[in-house]
Amino acid sequence: MVEIAEAKKRSTNRKPKAKKTKLSRKQLTDLYYYMVLNRALDDRVTSLYKQGKFQGGAFVSRGQEATSVGSAYALEEGDVIGPMIRNSGAILVRGVPPREFLANYLGKKTGPTQGKDGNSHFGDLKRNIFAPVSMLGVLIPVCAGAALAFKMKKQPNVALTWIGDGGASIGDFHEGLNFAAVMKLPFVLILENNGYAYSTPTSKQSLVEDFVIRAQGYGIPGEIVDGNDVLAVYEVTKRAVERARKGGGATLIEAKTFRMKGHAEHDDAFYVPKKIIEYWQKRDPIINYEKYLLKEKVLSKKELTDIQSSVAKEMDEAQKFAEESPLPEAKEAAEGLYAS
Amino acid sequence: MSTITYIEAITKGLREEMQRDESVFCLGEDIGEYGGAFKVTKGFIKEFGEERVVDTILAETAIVGVSIGAAIMGLRPVAEMQFADFISNGWNQLVNMGAKTHYRWGAAVPMVIRLPSGGGLHAGPFHSQNPEAWFFHVPGLKLVAPSTPYDAKGLIKSAVRDNNPVLYFEHKYLYRHVKGEVPDDDYTIPIGKAEIKRVGKDITLITYGSMVQFSLEAAENVTKLGVEVEVLDLRSLLPFDKEMILESVKKTNRAMIVHEATLTGGIGGEISACITQDAFEYLDAPVKRVASIDTPVPYSPPLEAYFMPNTEKITKALRELAEY
Repeated sequence: MVEIAEAKKRSTNRKPKAKKTKLSRKQLTDLYYYMVLNRALDDRVTSLYKQGKFQGGAFVSRGQEATSVGSAYALEEGDVIGPMIRNSGAILVRGVPPREFLANYLGKKTGPTQGKDGNSHFGDLKRNIFAPVSMLGVLIPVCAGAALAFKMKKQPNVALTWIGDGGASIGDFHEGLNFAAVMKLPFVLILENNGYAYSTPTSKQSLVEDFVIRAQGYGIPGEIVDGNDVLAVYEVTKRAVERARKGGGATLIEAKTFRMKGHAEHDDAFYVPKKIIEYWQKRDPIINYEKYLLKEKVLSKKELTDIQSSVAKEMDEAQKFAEESPLPEAKEAAEGLYAS
Repeated sequence: MSTITYIEAITKGLREEMQRDESVFCLGEDIGEYGGAFKVTKGFIKEFGEERVVDTILAETAIVGVSIGAAIMGLRPVAEMQFADFISNGWNQLVNMGAKTHYRWGAAVPMVIRLPSGGGLHAGPFHSQNPEAWFFHVPGLKLVAPSTPYDAKGLIKSAVRDNNPVLYFEHKYLYRHVKGEVPDDDYTIPIGKAEIKRVGKDITLITYGSMVQFSLEAAENVTKLGVEVEVLDLRSLLPFDKEMILESVKKTNRAMIVHEATLTGGIGGEISACITQDAFEYLDAPVKRVASIDTPVPYSPPLEAYFMPNTEKITKALRELAEY
């Protein structure tokens, strides 16, 4: 088990470490691309919401892109993920195209749920993505079940899911994590401590400052990571995933990060003190990673700009696809209840 | 063919399914070495190993959730609730995740939850409930409730092979009180199909589970009055065999529903509504319901006896309905 004090020390370094990473230039570029894509997708969701193009809630993950992208990038194709509403970055890493994402927001037939559910509430069996439900924590036991299936089938795969500081209060957290721990399942839980559960600050959620100490109670390794440092998130996840693949059981990772917007687009987050926002603005995961890429001469300024423009183009096409896609036929509401 | 108890029939069906299909596995509290609180899985751990007979932590939310996850990955979990009452702890997983998954994003959830349910054993308010109506209102689930050893084996097999979450209500009173002939070979009973357990022309009595035997006895009792009761065993509660119910009621012109679960909000209300909506002009009397009284299940024997329907109460109701 990693000593918590030591882990905390590591997490205080909010800038990406300049140390040598084992990742190739292609991989480092991928991480940047997915974070930029994540933010562009979120921004597009916001703008479609503001234009009244869809009725439901709009959930974005500004400030948390590094957690989703870094962790999902540490997985293999056959691994299962159980994303929450703020893990669209992970869904993108798994290969779901932004156009399907936007189509789902718009309730279109071409979205993964064909209009049955909204926003990022979808799963994708081909890509081993489990859909979340609005009741937080549900995916913890469910993903433990996927991990159990891997163990039973002797497949060297891992199931990974996320929870927030708020969701960590629900009973499913305890039952699911303890189940995975006791059964030594290939399971990784990333707790994104992002400061707020809707409007409730973490201080009103738990007396514990570092949720990672809970890992001790389950007898599993726990690590804290700077959730705004994509490389650190990648590394810590990779470690946990590799351990799980080798039969080392479950891990709890606490990613310290911040939700830079309200719970959803209808929430202006008036309850968040300005100073806190300013503090985290300086720690924007994308801007900091850009600095790192430039400093380490991984990518040039122009290459960064090229990626941004190609993402913008991709997003324009995605929006066009989503808007031009047909709505489902009303009678389809009665279809698909049971699997045949 | 052998004559076995209801509980032995469940064990037999489950064992055969585990032998037939490697993706079937059991999980639950104390189901391994101990063989389950009622010994349904006795000996399974020796035969199938602890990988396929998973003794779990005491956590119904996790048991249901893990089953859902494993089912989405293509396995066929059969989860045991030690007592049906405890499913309340797995409610959210089942209702919000399990039941809605296929509708929302097309993933099949081929899982079974076995629910030892019902009263008559003086087990008090938390070990005697019949919670089927809690789930009857949840689109996406399937509910079955066998009344005989033959049906118990055939339905557990269908439940295991179904690609949806199936709640299998096995009645604790029937476990060792009912014996019957059960074929040794493989057979299934289709989910959604009722069976006429007794043919009659004067009253249709619709029932299931523990009340089938009592209803058959009551039907026998009223033959003295010249009343021939048709006893229809639903076997599947969701979806239920509306067609067979209507067909029978159109023939007999009188309908009665009997269940052990409490009256208000029970399944009987829905069946009654179906009959009055679709066969009203065939009815010679109002639809009658016999069920447990609207209280928690009491512990002391005289209280529990007062709480539950029995042969005598059903007989009385049949007489009233015949005389209406």
